[in-house]
Amino acid sequence: MSTGEKYVAAAYLVVFVAVLAWVAIIGSKLSRLERDVDELTELARRRLEREPEQGRVEVG
Amino acid sequence: MATALALVFFYAPIDADQGLSQKIFYIHVPIALTSYACFGWGAAKAFLHLWKRSPGADLESYAAIHQGVIFGALTLVTGSIWARISWGHWWTWSSNQLVTFLILFLFYSAYFMLRYSVEPGPARANMCAVYALFGVVLIPVSWFSIRLANDFIHPTVFTTDGPQMSGSMFLAFCASWVGLLAMAGTMYRVELAGKRLDERLRELRELLA
Repeated sequence: MSTGEKYVAAAYLVVFVAVLAWVAIIGSKLSRLERDVDELTELARRRLEREPEQGRVEVG
Repeated sequence: MATALALVFFYAPIDADQGLSQKIFYIHVPIALTSYACFGWGAAKAFLHLWKRSPGADLESYAAIHQGVIFGALTLVTGSIWARISWGHWWTWSSNQLVTFLILFLFYSAYFMLRYSVEPGPARANMCAVYALFGVVLIPVSWFSIRLANDFIHPTVFTTDGPQMSGSMFLAFCASWVGLLAMAGTMYRVELAGKRLDERLRELRELLA
């Protein structure tokens, strides 16, 4: 591999690694958001079980 | 991006003067132009926030500037690699183009220090919008500095006579720029969706608490 080839490969590799790092960061953020949604769903379910009458509407 | 890479390595001819190292041009310059576009978009959104109080414009401005800083960092790194093989130095302070781009990059990097040092709210949004608008002035300064100061170190490819390269090289360059703009646009939308989702979940948490 010539010196020119090494530098060209390095420049393109830097961009590739940066994009890969960004994808990894977004992936971890998505996992965190998924955990947050699970936690909030659980919280909402528990609240509904605790206060079952609050959500009901009296008819007649 | 795959089409752009194919055009760069299999269609565009090898430069007679610089040889294979000129291939860095197809990634370095489009990345720099994409970072200018991101900063410009961020400033436009900041202007919309100040002028029309558009809801969400502050967050959109932040996301665009974040992308601009990512692409700005990549511009500096790929530029340094190209400078090392072309000029024998990683960096030179005598090139106006390099120094003004570094100032632009540092200016927008400081945007995050400002944003995270102030409590979230309308005051922070206003301050960040004004800061983003000030920074956009540096874009034409960075672009024209090389042309106004007769910078002999950093080459000028785009002159008033058009691009100084062959048709096939220009096609590869355009394909690369379009690919990078599309990538930056996707990254912007994904980041924005994540931030909005974060905000809504925070609101929901407060409601359920």
